[in-house]
Amino acid sequence: MSLTTDDVNKIAYLARLGINPQDTKSYTDDLSNMLNLVAQMSSVDTDSVAPMAHPFDQVQRLRPDTITETNQRDSFQSIAPQVEDGLYLVPKVLD
Amino acid sequence: MHTKTLKQLSQDLQTGEYSSQELTQAYLTRIQQHSALNSFITVTETQAIAAAKQADALLAAGNAPLLTGIPMAHKDIFCTQGVKTSCGSKMLDNFIAPYNATVVDKFNAAGMISLGKLNMDEFAMGSSNETSFYGASYNPWADNTVTGGSSGGSAAAVAARLIPAATGTDTGGSIRQPAAFCGITGLKPTYGRVSRYGMIAYASSLDQGGPMTQTAEDAALMLQTMAGFDPKDSTSAQQDVPDYSATLNDSLKGLKIGLPKEFFDEGLSNEMATAIENAVNEYKKMGAEIIEVSMPHLKLAIPAYYVIAPAECSANLQRMDGVRFGHRCENPKDLNDLYIRSRGEGFGTEVKRRILVGTYALSAGYYDAYYIKAQKIRRLISDDFTKALETVDVIMGPVTPTPAFGIGEKTADPIEMYLADIYTIAINLAGLPAMSVPAGFIDNKPVGLQIIGNYFSEAKLLNVAHQYQQVTNWHQQAPKGFE
Repeated sequence: MSLTTDDVNKIAYLARLGINPQDTKSYTDDLSNMLNLVAQMSSVDTDSVAPMAHPFDQVQRLRPDTITETNQRDSFQSIAPQVEDGLYLVPKVLD
Repeated sequence: MHTKTLKQLSQDLQTGEYSSQELTQAYLTRIQQHSALNSFITVTETQAIAAAKQADALLAAGNAPLLTGIPMAHKDIFCTQGVKTSCGSKMLDNFIAPYNATVVDKFNAAGMISLGKLNMDEFAMGSSNETSFYGASYNPWADNTVTGGSSGGSAAAVAARLIPAATGTDTGGSIRQPAAFCGITGLKPTYGRVSRYGMIAYASSLDQGGPMTQTAEDAALMLQTMAGFDPKDSTSAQQDVPDYSATLNDSLKGLKIGLPKEFFDEGLSNEMATAIENAVNEYKKMGAEIIEVSMPHLKLAIPAYYVIAPAECSANLQRMDGVRFGHRCENPKDLNDLYIRSRGEGFGTEVKRRILVGTYALSAGYYDAYYIKAQKIRRLISDDFTKALETVDVIMGPVTPTPAFGIGEKTADPIEMYLADIYTIAINLAGLPAMSVPAGFIDNKPVGLQIIGNYFSEAKLLNVAHQYQQVTNWHQQAPKGFE
């Protein structure tokens, strides 16, 4: 399995991950090598095997639908890059 | 004082041999003296001294819990309220955690004194501590040698006797491998045994916190504090916690030890094979029975891991977006630019590689071929262990193919670094508990024996490790210059 630099740029955009243009080639090589390593999985027939998502096949635990958290907005927002009136600020999305 | 185990320190503090303040100051001085090891990212001197003062008051009152007043430190992946929690990344270099991880709360409640936060591979992605934004931590046993990773700072600091115990986390070997490289005892518990709440997530179905100590006896004391059900962690095990110290001295006569033949194939160095053989012989002398077992799918553990872990990390690390906390780029021109540049600047190369692979494996058209296929392989590997553990009590083998390698030796080829985790990764895929125990030296570098057990058999593993430490003294040896 070998990827192109275009593939890597596309994947990087999906992940919203900035990559320096001069590094794209080395990421492309590394990713192709990783996918070659991963390709060894096809050496085993797994048609009748059930996927294992988690070490224990347990069902999600439920709890009573009551409020357990207290409002900590000020504390959480004190570490945010930019806030105003209790809101997180980002560049304008709509004109 | 610094050579003592938790057990001995506890006795000394309870009998008033010295105070927690004296002990804390002694360790803080050592941390400063040996700062060249780069094992700490943050040292919380002021908070530690204040906590030691409180501990002394408790000790004087005469009803303090066992570990009261004993210093320790956390891997910088555990959130600590009011203290920088970087996860080894530029992304979180400015992140002051607004709450404590459950594990941190538990150690605080037990009266232990946190001296700070330990170096680690960025977001726990690495096997040498070299991916840390703060630079590699150094192995105290040899010049210019890696500590292993990702809990490299934890291993180096305990090995150099800068702290008597530390927390670590293990997603593919990140407690056991650095413990082996640095000659200390490390325990990765059963998945779900220790709460993951406030432990920054890498691969949520594999991550597990555990203790790193000089001895198995100390690991039992640490695990006793860490383990237990936590309603704040949706995958926390609702299972009683046994008294881990109570069974340490059980006899190993008749213990059935499985040796997987795939652990001893051509990938293992001769010296390592001999070291493990010698350790197994000690168990034979104690009356254990040795049985060959087989793990036919072991070689597929690394391929499956490098789909599952990147897939989970690509999802988990979406939260690092430059909006609510962490690094934000200068002057973003729009929202996309903010995301792309903040993440591009905040993450290092290894983290980016894994996010990219994970994003690819989860993308439309590839999901079945990669992610589902890897989960099926995961089942086969888990079944291999289940089958073997029907006939034996524990499985033993090496932790690593070789002792610690040189700084920079494997950074050029990431795949070579990944392949060195062959003996540890499969255990995380299965969710089983496993330990690394000091078992000798090759060229003056420590070697680790791995002991793997069935689900929730931590007490058995600790018993098996402790008995070995009664007949060997590898775990008592400290690196030159750090005695």
